Amino acid sequence: MEHTDLLIDWSRAQFALTALYHWLFVPLTLGLTFIIAIMETIYVKTEDIWWKQTTQFWMTILAINFAIGLATGIIMEFEFGTNWSNYSWIVGDIFGAPLAIEGLMAFFMESTFFAMMFFGWEKVSKKMHLLSTWFVAIGSNLSALWILVANGWMQHPIGMTFNPNTARNEMHNFSEVFFNPMAVNKFLHTISSGYVLASVFVIGVSAWYLIKRRDIMFAKRSIIVAASFGLISSFYMLISGDESAFEVAQKQPMKLAAMEGLYKGEERAGIIAIGILNKEKKIGDKNKTFLFSFEIPNALSFLGYHSLNAFVPGIEDLIYGNKEHNLISVSQKMKEGQIAVNALTLYKKFKKEGNVSKAKEALRTFRAHEHYLGYGYLKTPKDAVPNVALTFYSFHTMVGLGTWFLILFILVLYFAMINEIENKRWILYLALWSIPLAYVAQECGWIVAEVGRQPWAIQDLLPVGMAASNIASNSVMVTFWLFTILFTGLLIAEVKIMLTQIKIGPEAH
Amino acid sequence: MYGLKQIYNFYYEGFKRMKIGKKLWLLIIVKVFILFVIIKWIFFPDILKTKFDTDAQRSAFVLEQLMHHKEK
Repeated sequence: MEHTDLLIDWSRAQFALTALYHWLFVPLTLGLTFIIAIMETIYVKTEDIWWKQTTQFWMTILAINFAIGLATGIIMEFEFGTNWSNYSWIVGDIFGAPLAIEGLMAFFMESTFFAMMFFGWEKVSKKMHLLSTWFVAIGSNLSALWILVANGWMQHPIGMTFNPNTARNEMHNFSEVFFNPMAVNKFLHTISSGYVLASVFVIGVSAWYLIKRRDIMFAKRSIIVAASFGLISSFYMLISGDESAFEVAQKQPMKLAAMEGLYKGEERAGIIAIGILNKEKKIGDKNKTFLFSFEIPNALSFLGYHSLNAFVPGIEDLIYGNKEHNLISVSQKMKEGQIAVNALTLYKKFKKEGNVSKAKEALRTFRAHEHYLGYGYLKTPKDAVPNVALTFYSFHTMVGLGTWFLILFILVLYFAMINEIENKRWILYLALWSIPLAYVAQECGWIVAEVGRQPWAIQDLLPVGMAASNIASNSVMVTFWLFTILFTGLLIAEVKIMLTQIKIGPEAH
Repeated sequence: MYGLKQIYNFYYEGFKRMKIGKKLWLLIIVKVFILFVIIKWIFFPDILKTKFDTDAQRSAFVLEQLMHHKEK
């Protein structure tokens, strides 16, 4: 069988479907565990039974979300072995340690603290129960840390060496992998966005109770906790987003250019606040990039380089090179990549023949050019450009919605504090309809992160085409549709169980 | 021994008292069965593990791909 575009596209589509589905559940768990922990802390401090009831209700919602989301991530591991076997072999040693730690942590946390949190209300002391709730919150977030360390490494591969004898990356510095700036920022931005989603969720569900004029006290208390937590998280999300963009500008400038639809680099570059891309625009032509746009001057230079006057390279600068700003062209990188591929071939040949000195020389050549190894597999320089429209619109949708949630938290908190929230039906409806928007923002974030770094499975080292297994595209297509049916069924089950529980309300506790 | 019995009772009582939890556990069991027994077994073999017996063979196969396979 041969690699075809069709096979690679189906493999990518299947992985994207699985990852996007898995991510419907994770952020709510990340944030709701902390909101529950805060509510239970208030209960322990005040001994007010209302807070216990409130905590227990949201705990039930967490249990439903956790149960439906459980094991959805494991499908990605199946796909690594089947659809992405080259990739999983090449990265094996890097992924092995973080994922093993994550698996062990999740198992011990879930079997002890999770059980204590759900079963221990009447069995252990209030303080012990509260401690286990906080451990669940911290532990859930730490589980995400290990996955994001692995993902951060794919975006910026450091702390490893490629072994040309085994075709595997071997970790030589764990702390470099763990403290990879891409991983640290990705972790902080991801968890804070999870807190925002959970806050929007709690506010939205509580708003529904207020619209229905039932469980008023419960809803208002939940809103105050969630809006306060969401507001603080939103500010933190802004800071971590800024740091993430700074890292992307340094490590993945093509992604930043695609996020902003920036074809020609410029100094004092602005951010497009709102814009519609011109579909006719192609790399290297003279068409306008936008049919309509509103720009915030200098903001992109500041975001990417923390300087109002900095030069931000565009897609064309990165493709064709820019001598003035020391940017080498993709063609040049492709030449270096091909030298690395050829040197690897020669190294294996001379090693097999027992020609030690020539093998050493070939290895030296490989080491000198291996940082562009992946470019050796590209067919044309334009292959190094991700889908600009998808990256651009996803990024702007994410940022726009993030801004809306900040405004929502301020409005909701203000009206809740002056005890007017139940009379402001317009804000209650806005809060309710913001729940699906929070999920849209989450998925857009991952689309920016993953589509924006295409064509790379590992940045600059391994394009997705080389990462994929040589299997029949039909089998990938069949499992894609199988998953679509399975996931849709599970999602319907979750929404149904959750809605039933919400309709029953907190008084059942 | 007494401690083990307490732990057992803790979980036993917890599971017994569950209301919505029983429905969720059923859902988890069905899902895990579909994922591991049907999907993993039929559709997702580990290509390198099923094709080759040793790590040396797996390395050689992936290296061959890296050296001679041009991306389409």
